[in-house]
Amino acid sequence: MELPTRIAALALALLGVCLPHPAAALEGEPYIHDPSTVAYENGKYYVFGTGSGGLISDDGGWTWHGGAVRPGGGVAPDIIKIGDLFWVSYAAGGGGMSGGHASNVHVMWTKTLDPKSADFGFHDDTVVASSNGIEDADAIDPAFLYTQDHLWISYGTYFGFTRILELDPRTGKALPGSKPVDAAIDMEATDLIFRDGWYYLLGTHGTCCDGANSTYNIRVGRSRKPTGPYVDKMGIPLLKGGGTLVVAASGRHIGPGHFGRLVLGEDVEKFSCHYEADLDRGARSVLDIRPLLWKDGWPVGGDNFPPGTYEIQSQRSGGALELGVDFVRMAGGRGGFGAGRNAPGPVVPVPNQQLSQVQPDWPAGNIEIRLDDYMVRPSQQWTITPVANVGGYLGQPFFRITIAGTERALAITPDGQLVATPAHDGSPEQLWQIDQLTDGTYRIQPKVMADPNAPVVLTAIGSSTPALARFRPGSDASRWNFRTP
Amino acid sequence: MISRRNAALLGSAALALLSRPVFCAVPGVDAALGQLPPDAKAAAAARTLAPYFVPAGKGAKAPDADGFLQRWLLLEPINKPNRTNTVFTGTYVHNTLTTEYFAGQFTVVPHSGDRVKAGDQELAWHALDATGFDAKLFNFAYGLNKPTYGVIFWAVTLVSSPHEMKNVRLAVGSNSASMWWLNGQDVVDLFNDRRMVMDDVVSRPLTLKQGSNVLRGAVINGPGLSDFCVRFIDASGKPIKEIRTALE
Repeated sequence: MELPTRIAALALALLGVCLPHPAAALEGEPYIHDPSTVAYENGKYYVFGTGSGGLISDDGGWTWHGGAVRPGGGVAPDIIKIGDLFWVSYAAGGGGMSGGHASNVHVMWTKTLDPKSADFGFHDDTVVASSNGIEDADAIDPAFLYTQDHLWISYGTYFGFTRILELDPRTGKALPGSKPVDAAIDMEATDLIFRDGWYYLLGTHGTCCDGANSTYNIRVGRSRKPTGPYVDKMGIPLLKGGGTLVVAASGRHIGPGHFGRLVLGEDVEKFSCHYEADLDRGARSVLDIRPLLWKDGWPVGGDNFPPGTYEIQSQRSGGALELGVDFVRMAGGRGGFGAGRNAPGPVVPVPNQQLSQVQPDWPAGNIEIRLDDYMVRPSQQWTITPVANVGGYLGQPFFRITIAGTERALAITPDGQLVATPAHDGSPEQLWQIDQLTDGTYRIQPKVMADPNAPVVLTAIGSSTPALARFRPGSDASRWNFRTP
Repeated sequence: MISRRNAALLGSAALALLSRPVFCAVPGVDAALGQLPPDAKAAAAARTLAPYFVPAGKGAKAPDADGFLQRWLLLEPINKPNRTNTVFTGTYVHNTLTTEYFAGQFTVVPHSGDRVKAGDQELAWHALDATGFDAKLFNFAYGLNKPTYGVIFWAVTLVSSPHEMKNVRLAVGSNSASMWWLNGQDVVDLFNDRRMVMDDVVSRPLTLKQGSNVLRGAVINGPGLSDFCVRFIDASGKPIKEIRTALE
């Protein structure tokens, strides 16, 4: 970035300028097809794609650029870290390219994904599975699952059967005696998950590679055994074409495919995918990262947080996050007992309380934050806005949270207290990360923390008292809902 | 990952590099993606309908455990080139599959070995039992050394009902689009670029008359695999198993 551009970007950040396309799939140049699972190493995220190379994010997973290096070419790689090694799989051949379905699934390892590291280098490239070009299978689109000291790989595409094979987690080679097992038909770009005693086989149905007309969508079935039988939520076997929808086209994004799971801690999961077409980016294929929800034991694709104006409701108490200002009564008659049945005069609408009616009486300096009954008051309505050029986290930019119609910003003080500052100045203390949790509620986390090794989140430490405290998985105290005001 | 049925060529440079649909080769791209030739031994092996079909047995055949019909007369594929399955709109499929390609197409109950003339093609009917729940049409064509892509398949079976059955539904999955007629009436249509899933499209309530009922289907496919699965279900979605299929 040249200096004038950098200065302009900084100025925009200080002003808290919104992103031009707040719903866009990631920032930078996230152009990729058939992305691997996203892998983390030393502050950076890496993802490989079809062809050679891939993308790197060094701002926490929001901005992506080229730079990842993977030898072997081929298609649709995957990454998994086991111990100190990153195992990478990819396929060479197949996919219907030039009419062919002969393909090999390769596995290799590297100590690091950082191409600038002296330890960087891929080793022991080995073919673990093949399709002969005649059989009803196409050995491409490999994906790893490592669980309970077993390493599995799934592969396959629209051409016949999707298969699962057990590998040796110490060598990356096919486990002696392990044979590929048919697990699904016409399901490509698969991924395996193990969770709560269930194995999940996710994959893509539909057609890729046709831009805005691609019909790709991500489906799932589950089984008690890694090799199946997998059935969808209706009980339809994946070997008979079944698959419960996980992610479909939405908004400006067409053709999601190539699911990859990211477990970021208890109750916090995300998934990566590509869209065949990002209509805001010339219908090019791009990477995206979104929340992964779980409902009734099934994965559901969540949506990245949509900017807007909301009540921020505590899951613990139902109380609304608000400025600690005096409650101001509205004009609105006196219903009371009898609901005003005998009140004189016509029935006319009563307008909401307006910001201009209460704001002049608010204190000029910092205002404390509290929880109270939601009364649709201006002091309870927050506008959440993505902020440009300040980085972000997996899938989203940081947000500012301001009282609607004002610059009063939710912020943390140097000693870690929660306040509303009089103005938004773009400082890191006024930036927030909003993650949708696996149950659909949200976690709200400041960008700046007193102790980065002990991350804190917005927490209802009492029914009416919010504060920053360590995230409590499973507790409603750490969970929030965003409701339209 | 990579395409498939869809041989339509693509707009962006990135995807043009990435999508190597089924018909064309771009120098350099296939090498970068590691294109492999088929295994020589597998490619040279004698083609066969096994393991997905066996010759139809004599008499009537019960559906499989899930009610899928497995005994069919299948016509060798009629050439109908399509480079992509995305053209299979309702209008296109209806017009294409109601076009007469051979005499008696909508009325005949053929016998195994009967031959028909479809344009300049002479095609034979084959009486087969599918070994799985679905009839794998791609493998049927491949096994007979016939075209596998850009084709129309016709299938006929006789559904024998021990008594009149009202309020049954025909449940079909097909890859790609298809149309199905019961006793001459169009009862199920599957349009657009479809993959096969059991019970994908289900008919309105139908009546199976006592005795023989003629079930006829046509499946159209561009590139990619092609197959279908058919069963009758009752009002609660359960398979009807007391029917039988026969070919005469």
